[in-house]
Amino acid sequence: MSDVKEKIIEIIAEQAVLDPSDVSMDQSLEALGIDSLGLVESIFAIEETFDISVPFNANEPEQSEFDISSVSAIVKAVEALIADQKS
Amino acid sequence: MKRVVITGAGTVNALGLDVPTTLAAMAEGKNGVSDLEFRDVDRLAIKIGGQIHGWNAEGRFNRQQMALYDRFTQFTLVAAEEAIRQSGLEFIGDLATRSGVILGTSGGGLTTQDDNYRVVYEEGKNRVHPFVVPKLMNNAACSHVSMAYNLKGPSFTVATACASSNHAMGQAFNMIRCGMSTAMVTGGSESMLCFGGVKAWEGLRVMSKDACRPFSMNRNGMVQGEGAAVFVFEEYEHAKKRGAEILAEVIGFAMTSDASDIVMPSKQGAARAISGALNDAQVDASAVGYINAHGTGTAANDKTECAAVADALGAHADNIMISSTKSMHGHLIGGTGAVELLACIMALRDGIIAPTINYEEPDPECALDVVPNVAREAQVEVALSNAFAFGGLNAVLALKKAS
Repeated sequence: MSDVKEKIIEIIAEQAVLDPSDVSMDQSLEALGIDSLGLVESIFAIEETFDISVPFNANEPEQSEFDISSVSAIVKAVEALIADQKS
Repeated sequence: MKRVVITGAGTVNALGLDVPTTLAAMAEGKNGVSDLEFRDVDRLAIKIGGQIHGWNAEGRFNRQQMALYDRFTQFTLVAAEEAIRQSGLEFIGDLATRSGVILGTSGGGLTTQDDNYRVVYEEGKNRVHPFVVPKLMNNAACSHVSMAYNLKGPSFTVATACASSNHAMGQAFNMIRCGMSTAMVTGGSESMLCFGGVKAWEGLRVMSKDACRPFSMNRNGMVQGEGAAVFVFEEYEHAKKRGAEILAEVIGFAMTSDASDIVMPSKQGAARAISGALNDAQVDASAVGYINAHGTGTAANDKTECAAVADALGAHADNIMISSTKSMHGHLIGGTGAVELLACIMALRDGIIAPTINYEEPDPECALDVVPNVAREAQVEVALSNAFAFGGLNAVLALKKAS
């Protein structure tokens, strides 16, 4: 398991009040019971953990460049941001 | 119950430093939003706002006053001066003891806090100016207005985030209506455009980087503003007897709590406040011609507000005009309802409906007449002013053309 993936699952599990082993990659945040405030908090935690800036506006989540449709989409998007912003 | 009328109005905001300039700008659909200018703005992701440029505080206040007046107090005092001068009232004797000040603000002296936190945290100093507390406290503006004009009656400050001013003016209205006061100086002020103020809002990810576009399909968030508006509310017979010019009559007020979510608005809570204000005013929904919307330009507020208006007004919702002047002056948070009341006065007195500017694409979930981009001439008898705060606290005022 990649380090990024593991840390993101930890962040999401903490928001969802679940054990990391109960978070599966194809689940959406909504399905995990994370609401709009939880989403904004998760993004903040991701930014702090990886020292990156995540382009996300709560007014147009579907139009943001940051794909939040599932846990695996978030992992992929964060990996891309790390590659972009840390290179 | 006593009738309550508005006999003075004053403002400073991004559209103008007095009422005539502000109303002319609203009628022109002028955009008051510009690039923010203050220390560390380069560290912000959001760099626009309805900021008052060229304020020149030093030219308006002396050194002793500057030591005590945060920017939000300065805005309030200048707006209060215009309003009280227009009313022609002089607060002496019984009128002084029967008149007070109720103002709204959310952040109070936030710039003072920001500056002084910098001094002790960033610069590592261990000493601050002795007047930090009296300068930053939320009631500073209210107290300075009462001192400047000898207002000795009921006076306090209301903080309900984006509904602060409406809650303040609602209280002022009810105090006169029930006979507790003869006149009240009321409205609100905000000065959150400093590094810490905008940074905090950035965190919530609801701010737009380019423009406030209420009700437009492509809206992408709110834009902050700053400034103040202050009014003189006066008992009708008192105003009539002295031949005062009446700008409009305040006829109803209602407040509700959603009791549901700390940031997401509720259609039911908003609709109950709108219906409540009409009920309090004892007018039928069909009398309403104009609504000054809360209209923040966020995805959530605008569609919820339109649904609430449709619920409260029924089929008549399709006949009314509803506009958000936040598109022009930005969201003044605790001062916003006060500046927006000016648009209601303009509609009732001058027959000019302020537009919602930056409107680009219709949104089927906001399918009301939002007066897109261009002001309109129309005769309006009754107007409402909506304010729906974070925390689910709603306050709606109902106004009527002077008669």
